[in-house]
Amino acid sequence: MENTCSVEPKAFINERQGSIIASGKSRANIHCADDSLAGSVSQRACVYCGARVVLNPVTDAVHLVHGPIGCATYTWDIRGSLSSGSEMYRKSFSTDMKERDVIFGGERKLAVCIDEIVMKYHPPAIFVYSTCVAGMIGDDIVAVCKLASEKHGTEVIPVESTGFSSGNKIVGYRAAADALLRLITPKDGVDVKKTKKLNFLGEYNLGGEKWLIEGYLQEMGVGINVAFTGDSSVAALKQAPGASLNLVQCTGSMHWLAMRLEEEFGIPSMSVNFFGAENTAESLRRIARFYDDEEIIRRTEILIEREMGRILPGIRWYKEKLVGKRAAIYVGGAFKAVAIIRQLRELGMEIVLTGTQTGKPEEYENLSNLLDEGTIIIDDANPAEIEKFLIEQKVDVMAGGVKERVLATKLGVGFVDHNHDRKECLAGFDGAINFAREVYITTCTPVWGHIRSPFNMEAADGSHDE
Amino acid sequence: MEVMTSDHQVRSVNEDQCQMCMPLGGVIAFKGIEETMVLIHGSQGCSTYMRLSNVEHYHEPVDIASTALNEKQTIHGGEANLRKALDNVIRVYNPSVIGILTTCLTETMGEDLDLMISAYKHDRNLQGVDIIPVPTPSYSASHTEGFWSATRRIIEHYARATAETSGINIIIPHISPADIREIKRIIDLFGIEYTLIPDYSMTMDRPFGGNYQKIPPGGTVPADIARMPGAQATIQFGLTCPEQLSPGEFLRRKYNVPLFSLPLPIGLKNTDRFISVLSELSGRPVPEVLLLERGWLLDGMADAHKYNAEGRPLIYGEPELVYALCTLCAENGATPLVVASGTKTGNLETLLSPILPDACEKTIFLEGTDFAAIDQAVEDQRVNVAVGHSGGRFLTERRGIPVLRIGFPIHDRIGGQRIRSAGYAGTLSFLDRFTNALLEMKYGSYRQHCLEETRGKGGY
Ligand code: SF4
Ligand code: SF4
Repeated sequence: MENTCSVEPKAFINERQGSIIASGKSRANIHCADDSLAGSVSQRACVYCGARVVLNPVTDAVHLVHGPIGCATYTWDIRGSLSSGSEMYRKSFSTDMKERDVIFGGERKLAVCIDEIVMKYHPPAIFVYSTCVAGMIGDDIVAVCKLASEKHGTEVIPVESTGFSSGNKIVGYRAAADALLRLITPKDGVDVKKTKKLNFLGEYNLGGEKWLIEGYLQEMGVGINVAFTGDSSVAALKQAPGASLNLVQCTGSMHWLAMRLEEEFGIPSMSVNFFGAENTAESLRRIARFYDDEEIIRRTEILIEREMGRILPGIRWYKEKLVGKRAAIYVGGAFKAVAIIRQLRELGMEIVLTGTQTGKPEEYENLSNLLDEGTIIIDDANPAEIEKFLIEQKVDVMAGGVKERVLATKLGVGFVDHNHDRKECLAGFDGAINFAREVYITTCTPVWGHIRSPFNMEAADGSHDE
Repeated sequence: MEVMTSDHQVRSVNEDQCQMCMPLGGVIAFKGIEETMVLIHGSQGCSTYMRLSNVEHYHEPVDIASTALNEKQTIHGGEANLRKALDNVIRVYNPSVIGILTTCLTETMGEDLDLMISAYKHDRNLQGVDIIPVPTPSYSASHTEGFWSATRRIIEHYARATAETSGINIIIPHISPADIREIKRIIDLFGIEYTLIPDYSMTMDRPFGGNYQKIPPGGTVPADIARMPGAQATIQFGLTCPEQLSPGEFLRRKYNVPLFSLPLPIGLKNTDRFISVLSELSGRPVPEVLLLERGWLLDGMADAHKYNAEGRPLIYGEPELVYALCTLCAENGATPLVVASGTKTGNLETLLSPILPDACEKTIFLEGTDFAAIDQAVEDQRVNVAVGHSGGRFLTERRGIPVLRIGFPIHDRIGGQRIRSAGYAGTLSFLDRFTNALLEMKYGSYRQHCLEETRGKGGY
């Protein structure tokens, strides 16, 4: 593969140099566990955000943010997770800390807020999230939650997601996993019946993805016990210990929880990946093999053959249009990056840049092996870097989140949404074709023909403002 | 503070927020100053969220840096991070101005920013970069106050006693870039020189083309801000702006610049007031083209008055915009029945009461409120159309009430930055949208409605 970047990729800020490598060439490890660097415009969010993203899809729980108002405003109805039942999770509750609470402590107000919520809604559970300010003034949310639980006889679960302990969302995933464990661990005397069904970890039902996969599994003869956490309810989550297998989809957010579920309840886990047709087929086969049942295996093969036959002509059509186009990927975690790389390759595209907000060293190693020599890999990128590489690498399309979208379109580069608030179903066989279509409509839109003007050609030569 | 609901109950928990946080307003003000970069002093998450909100609304890459404090630094003080952040921002963005906004976290820590900044400037022997800190703790106010505070602080920073100029000052609240451009067009028609602040009409709404620049071109020029004290007058669209945050009040008190405190020129009467002040200040008659636009507006108002009378609006959002939209609706016979803001100004009701006709129904005013309270009021008042930002989308989902998108944030529709409602022409485009929303409802249901209401009721 030819690569326009002959020298080592350069960062604008020297301390960021270690966070950018070229695959294959540099054996040096990428720096990725660092906190975001002060003054660079990081795309990372906060611990609270990470926790919220994982727990938010629990549909009938109340999500109460203990902090000043903004932390709640910004996360109101943030995800595209769909519900077949309660819509409670789409509301945004805040203790709306004021100066008085900051000075004298916010515990009293938190307790009052919980009382009000219970009175009005009687929810089966309330998740209470701690934010930076709540953490800083030392509010003891664990104690307040415990008291409230006893007082109201309902689950009031603290989520220790004080944002500043690290800018890294992974810490928040962990806080969410802790909260989930608290919720699902059976109370004394409660017995959860074992079933043949499986739990699906790291599935958030964006664009109805959980429902789609559930359909496949049903056809195979396997049932989903509960998903963590897409379209789940508090009661269903409490049945989680009864599963006989845990599927783990997004390792970043759910690996640790799967480990704990194995330790506590003896449920084995299996990594799956439903992004892309090949990945989907492979994952379904592995699930079928786990059950070791002729009938399930037979049905699985029928399903795969039928679905593949249905979507392949479409994929081939898109591939013809997309072959040789240059793609960049910048997403939250390495799991997603790997899945997208594979899918874009299935469409005949070249990957010239890959980055994540929260990758771990092993994951970057893995990415580096997967990619062609010279492909740029970048951790916790800032807009200036993304802009520079999009231009230098003559990228045709980028896959990423909302913040990257406007930058890409400003530069006349196509864009595929792959974030938490997307509305499209991108998983499974249907998702594979939806994904191909998404890539096609943005890469090959007639609009780029009108706006790839001489100015941008200049910019592509590196004469753009720095 | 607690949320006040329409039945005067007081509630502690805030349920579905109707306001953004204070530094966010400051960010927008700074984005209206030429060659400026913004730095949020606090933890990373706050600034990422503020970027996201701006990006979703403006569809522009809105770069906001953060000092990215972690736990250790919040205990030992954020100075080292602040210095490093300033170094990096200067290196990557090469700005002429850096606006620093604090967050709840750094305000709670009680950082002395002024001291840190002067030490930094001294140590680095910094030339050619102005650093302007603004305290913006969200636990004491909303994005609206953040916007006013930052605007005032910027003026305080640059303003110098200067010789009298022939120009005027225009100070705007948080409105769309399209409205800023419309206001500028109108002033230009009178041939008056002016300094408009903060002018983010280009920086937050860039046309495609040209080299991509990290700091978009445009914005109010600091040298012009420095001369604001010499202006003939200040026009400030800030009836609801608290006096201690009012930029126009500052210029009046300190430099004796006469202040015209006007409502936003949205609606017929409000635009008339703006135009007559411009005419008075310039000594010129109203230009022909504006008279034409006024004529078209009046014609449109006459055509649509019976449809508009069926409107039972809820109007919510930032106070200044809410005030202007309420007068617009009222002058068209659609009396606002619920008026709401997440911001607490304390004077919306006093300001609006005189212009609301003595209808048999009383308007409910909610300030410092949330959408749970608004929703209740909407039900009580049988509201049938809502005017405001995307926060009200649930009204459509749950109650089938159309929401006319205007204000900030608009993240579930495209083009929030291009919505033009100012001036006679802008007012007419808003009014047409309003009327058409009512008509769409009417045509969608009137056959069924008539059938249910009339059949079998004629007594034969
Ligand atoms: S801590 Fe304060 S500034 Fe940060 S998001 Fe929350 S409310 Fe806004
Ligand atoms: S204050 Fe902390 S928890 Fe709240 S948004 Fe900012 S970083 Fe996140």
